[in-house]
Amino acid sequence: MRDIFRTRRMWRRRGELKPRYDVVVIGGGSHGLATAYYLAKNHGITNVAVLEKSYIGSGAAGRNTTIIRANYRTPEGAEFYRSSVELYEHLSLDLDFNLLFSQQGHLTLAHSDRAMITMAERAEVNQLLGIDSRLVYNDETARLCPELNLSDDVTWPILGALYHPPGGIIRHDAVVWGLARGADRRGVEIHPYTEVTGIERSNGRVTGVKTTRGEIACDTVISATAGWSTLIGDMAGVPLPITTHILQAFVTEPLKPFLHVIIVSSQMHVYISQTDRGEFLIGAEIEPYTTYRGTSTFPFLEYSARHTLELFPQLESAKVLRQWTGLCDISPDYSPILGLTEVDGFLISCGWGTYGFKAAPIVGTTLAELVATGRTPQLIAPFTLERFYTDTLVSELAAAAVSH
Amino acid sequence: MSFLLPCPNCGPRDVDEFAYAGETTERPQGTPSPRELASYIHFRRNAAGVQREWWYHRFGCELWFLAERDTRTNEVLKTELPSTDAAGSPTPHEPATPDTPAV
Repeated sequence: MRDIFRTRRMWRRRGELKPRYDVVVIGGGSHGLATAYYLAKNHGITNVAVLEKSYIGSGAAGRNTTIIRANYRTPEGAEFYRSSVELYEHLSLDLDFNLLFSQQGHLTLAHSDRAMITMAERAEVNQLLGIDSRLVYNDETARLCPELNLSDDVTWPILGALYHPPGGIIRHDAVVWGLARGADRRGVEIHPYTEVTGIERSNGRVTGVKTTRGEIACDTVISATAGWSTLIGDMAGVPLPITTHILQAFVTEPLKPFLHVIIVSSQMHVYISQTDRGEFLIGAEIEPYTTYRGTSTFPFLEYSARHTLELFPQLESAKVLRQWTGLCDISPDYSPILGLTEVDGFLISCGWGTYGFKAAPIVGTTLAELVATGRTPQLIAPFTLERFYTDTLVSELAAAAVSH
Repeated sequence: MSFLLPCPNCGPRDVDEFAYAGETTERPQGTPSPRELASYIHFRRNAAGVQREWWYHRFGCELWFLAERDTRTNEVLKTELPSTDAAGSPTPHEPATPDTPAV
């Protein structure tokens, strides 16, 4: 009985770094841990170290707004995220850990004719790929979300919405902890507070990494470092088409649950959900200038609160509990960069910008497969770094222009 | 808190008055290969440190100018006008600007 109140460690505290690992993963966030987990689970590769410069899940994995969805605009993107949602649906069972995944539905509001056309296009692409997604008008929106202010007496009246029933929210910290525990149980070593300071190469291939806790020899290095990707790329001599921006979010104090769908407005750059604790979780757009400084800004709070109140005037007297930022790695076409680089043994997962969290399990499975077999899985073939040199971009701007 | 940016014309103003136009880039000389051209178009240094960059005073005097900013702290070290040659096209200290004529 006493046992139920005892806190158990989710993963083992490891001692010194070993002199050699088969695979070193840089970044202990959702992508890095998912890759380590699937390397061990699907391919039996367990001589793996996950190196994290701070605590596990301290970066984007612990700062996102936890939205999972698949209603992207390009067939490549939509197909990719469909696979990710399917993996998320079974992840609690797979990890034997409750991730509190709530597929409550996702409404992307349209405030103009042009937006309605874009939503219709997205619905068409989604339906062709078997993704549950359709255009709805205000009568149905009112049924799905009676709390939403659908009146004309606002700056941008709502004309319709893209409705995506499988979209949902998940407990993001639980995803990180569950993946870390799963990887640890299979023999992967997790090393927090271990910062990579250099990547050793010889004859165009990776031979090891230098860290603040010593040197490691390895054949494969996977960088899953989001906003810091450029700095890791520089260590490996791989230029990246990435710029680093901050993305911000805030939560209100807990309120009685009344919002049971996710509401997104690209026009107003805001996305709103109510967490299981009752907090309203509100996120917005990246700051336009590049920066590595993770300080929150007051204008963000001002405009996102103003926009939220247009949609939910009943939140008028809700108090803001806390505000935070995360670093985002924005790619030129808003699509990710995934897989091999010109340096043998140096793999990347970056360019996720504002929506990397929803891709974690599929990134893990595909990157693990790539490491194990040496072949790029078809699902991630469109997202190679090489596409920027050959100018074959995958523009996801329509679905990612508002970040969530 | 966001930061103040000193416009060479108007003095220190809130950064939200300005449009950010990216780090300065170096246009490839001669006849670039497609790879060099793609690299120029898409790839960025994305420095964590002092970065030379373009800004436009969108909600002010509509001036284009250069700034040196530390991206780790958002401290603006200096702002200045791009120097111009006789023809009026900008030739700043770093050779390339978005406006340099194609070779």
